[in-house]
Amino acid sequence: MGNKIYTETLILKLDEPLKLKCGKVLKNIEIAYETYGKLNADKDNAILVLHALTGDAHAANYHKDSKKPGWWNDMIGENKAFDTSKYFIISSNILGGCRGTTGPSSINPDTNKPYALDFPVITVEDMVNVQKKLIDYLGIKKLIVAGGSMGGMQALEWSIKYPDVVEKTIIIASSARLNAQSIAFNAVMRNAILTDVNFNDGNYYDKKHPESGLAIARMIGHITYLYEEAMIKKFGREFKDKPNFDFGIDFQVESYLEHQGQIFVDRFDANSYLYITKALDYYDPIKEYGSLENALKDTKSKFLIISFSSDWLFTTKQSKQMVNALVKINKDVSFVELESKCGHDAFLLEFDKQTKIIKSFLRG
Amino acid sequence: MTTKNLNLNYKIVLDLIKEKSKVLDLGCGNGELLKILKEKKEINSLGVEINEDCVVEALENGLSVIQGDLDKGLDEFQDNSYDWAILNQTLQSTKNPEFVIYEMLRVANKCIVSFPNFAYWRVRFYLFFKGKMPKSKALPYEWYNTPNVHLLTIEDFFEFCKKRNIKIEKSIYLTRNKARSGFLMRNIANFFCEQAIFVITKNI
Repeated sequence: MGNKIYTETLILKLDEPLKLKCGKVLKNIEIAYETYGKLNADKDNAILVLHALTGDAHAANYHKDSKKPGWWNDMIGENKAFDTSKYFIISSNILGGCRGTTGPSSINPDTNKPYALDFPVITVEDMVNVQKKLIDYLGIKKLIVAGGSMGGMQALEWSIKYPDVVEKTIIIASSARLNAQSIAFNAVMRNAILTDVNFNDGNYYDKKHPESGLAIARMIGHITYLYEEAMIKKFGREFKDKPNFDFGIDFQVESYLEHQGQIFVDRFDANSYLYITKALDYYDPIKEYGSLENALKDTKSKFLIISFSSDWLFTTKQSKQMVNALVKINKDVSFVELESKCGHDAFLLEFDKQTKIIKSFLRG
Repeated sequence: MTTKNLNLNYKIVLDLIKEKSKVLDLGCGNGELLKILKEKKEINSLGVEINEDCVVEALENGLSVIQGDLDKGLDEFQDNSYDWAILNQTLQSTKNPEFVIYEMLRVANKCIVSFPNFAYWRVRFYLFFKGKMPKSKALPYEWYNTPNVHLLTIEDFFEFCKKRNIKIEKSIYLTRNKARSGFLMRNIANFFCEQAIFVITKNI
């Protein structure tokens, strides 16, 4: 067993209120973040890693009270893809989240109660603007951004919104915007939460939480992250025990989803799930700027875009859309579709090839 | 790598391309040629390669490279957006060589096309005497696993360009250790030369 490195999540409190895309203003914003490695004297070795839908600031190393390392521990550390002996790596929880950064479960300073659905609808752009405050606070002027899935959308937004800051952008298993199928899945997941008997218009913080709705949402999410062939291999048609001739948990795959749903409700807030999926749905730089080429025209970053062959939620075609736009406007871009059977989850699991590619890209 | 050790094919390409040109290498493999061009000519480069492992190697070589299939076209590239497009030892393995050539002529001002000459005397003799599909250093595959689905000769390429009004600006023929150029020796070259390198442009 290797030496465990322990890290703590830190909190940055913003003094200034932030104007959101929806027009509302949010005050008393807190940002939960972690850092790994050392910021050099020139402050030009920073990498901001951006988490996906249900991730958090805890990207690497261990927390004192937990056996599990951070969500990208395979990729962040000494001699890993994001090498902490060279780079200063920052990870923060997104705005609207429930893992330390201000979100719907935070206390509304005007009412001294959790915001619940009074929390303003936030966007990917807002998330990035909040992250920018953290980067400013750390005194960083040049940055590399990297993220998978929704984290990739944030990386894209960073390159568009802060062209003078971002020098390299790594977008993994992501897209410039969701397609109708993904929006549909998000709608169904939100519906599961919204129709839970315990939802109570989002005001459930002092009562029983809408756990079954949130668990169903997570179960649906999990199906979209997996590749059909891998599901056949992992679960097949195996029974947990034997057919019970009732509507309980019969099949292995049911048992797996049930388990994933259950462990999720312990760590995630249903309102956050609503807000974040909505932010995903809304993100659309193509519409915002007229075209992706137009959105990206001022970027000064080098781009690395990675997709996975079995990912049907964020497809290679969607990655290629970004690649093609960048090629069209003469930006420096590299693209690779990695062969994988891990579906959308591949960006969290297939670290061998990703490590090689990312290391080369960071070096170049 | 010193210039002396460079393979002849690369050396010729290196001589053709001016410093700081914008170069697109179609079927760049692990990026060996682009890397040399980048080091010696400070070119602005991009590679396109279909094979995942080659793309990863090219990235490790410090190049910008896009995984893609030439046979599906170069839609993402604007007309005349590159000074040079290179198709180095790749033409014979494309499914639709005509389309690939048209696409490269569209996106680049000048194109370099190189391929092994199937009318080379050793290849002819191999087939004639052994009665088997020719194999050599330039053609290392078996008939059943070769990616070379469109092998051609120097003569074929001249005919191909003539019919399509594609201008051949330069033709360079390679024997094992020498390069020769000139249109007059086309027939001799078709027999004696193992490889050919052409510079082609749109005939405007």
